[in-house]
Amino acid sequence: MKNEALYNYVLRLGDDSLILGQRLGEWCGHGPILEEDIAMTNISLDLIGQAMSLLDYAGELEGQGKDHDALAFLRFENEYRNALLLEQPNGDFANTMMRQFLFDAFRKPLYEKLLESTDKQIAAIAEKSLKETKYHLKHTSEWIIRLGDGTEESHQRAQTALDHLWRYTNELFFETTEDVSLIASGVVPSMNDIKAQWSKTVLSVLEEATLVIPSNNWQFEGGRRGVHSEHLGFLLADLQYMQRAYPNMKW
Amino acid sequence: MVTKESILSWLEEVCDPEIPVLSLADLGVLRGVEYLNNEWLITITPTYSGCPAMKTMEDDILLKLKDHGVQAKVQLVLSPAWTTDWLSESGRKKLKEFGIAPPEAEVDKSVLFAAPTVVPCPRCNSLETKMVSQFGSTACKAHYQCLICSEPFDYFKCLK
Ligand SMILES: [Zn+2]
Repeated sequence: MKNEALYNYVLRLGDDSLILGQRLGEWCGHGPILEEDIAMTNISLDLIGQAMSLLDYAGELEGQGKDHDALAFLRFENEYRNALLLEQPNGDFANTMMRQFLFDAFRKPLYEKLLESTDKQIAAIAEKSLKETKYHLKHTSEWIIRLGDGTEESHQRAQTALDHLWRYTNELFFETTEDVSLIASGVVPSMNDIKAQWSKTVLSVLEEATLVIPSNNWQFEGGRRGVHSEHLGFLLADLQYMQRAYPNMKW
Repeated sequence: MVTKESILSWLEEVCDPEIPVLSLADLGVLRGVEYLNNEWLITITPTYSGCPAMKTMEDDILLKLKDHGVQAKVQLVLSPAWTTDWLSESGRKKLKEFGIAPPEAEVDKSVLFAAPTVVPCPRCNSLETKMVSQFGSTACKAHYQCLICSEPFDYFKCLK
């Protein structure tokens, strides 16, 4: 492959969007109120759309004629490169919002930096996706504040979600040795910059939400190298069912 | 002879499948018409990444041109990214008549903690409306309600 480092990078971005989009879609018809049901599926749709652009580009870089469907539906579990955070089950509404917030706060500065990428296609996808991601982050930030600074029960649920999900956040900033060349050539930003901005957003929202970052900072990792939690297999069984049952089907 | 002008006038009849009063040109989704390598190349751009109507729009364009005996190809571009600024004046008028509030000039400035945009009711023009949800019936719309006439309505939200 001509540019394996870039392929792997784009695949990670695409898989993050795909897996989180699939998770959010599980809320369809189950939202706590109609407006939130629609909001979560709207965000899911944006993420799936971004995944299509990203996986199409990954397929192009790979050069084996694979499109987004081939990459989304026809890989094995250990070939997915999404962060573990995104495959975690929805849990309650607070847990879903917390997972989404921690991710949106990461995606927004990342897309802002990728706008300046020397790779034209990445920059174009970032330009398109950033506008959507801003709406997502606004939505989830407001919910985190409303839940955290809300009733006793909503506060406790939001805090439980944060305690549970915090251990998956460090992996978002994963960088490989081959990323160094991409950073040097201005294709992708250094994750240090992204993490600084992420921390700033997360801390300010959590403070307003009266939520506390857990003192135990033990962190999981694995998704970025294909070692996933037990949850991904079940998710993929659902995601891949149609394509496995009816090979090459198209909507 | 087929000219760019005739293509554009035929495409004026191709509408957004979800907002059938808007042509693709009104919506700003139609980005270019050019004759290249013996065929017409029509360029479109999605409103949102996951817009499920893009495929229908592409098919509708090809079908419309085929009716006029024109072979064409449709290409999708992501950049420059679509913005509500590309909505035409006539498009904004048609939206309002259809009962959808057109996008206000200002996008919610700050990502965090910004007050929702003031959107006039498309039915009674009152400014006393409230946002019910940032996410409405489709990705490009938010859900509002008028506090004066009680009309629930869609707001074609600003994207810049
Ligand atoms: Zn009204």
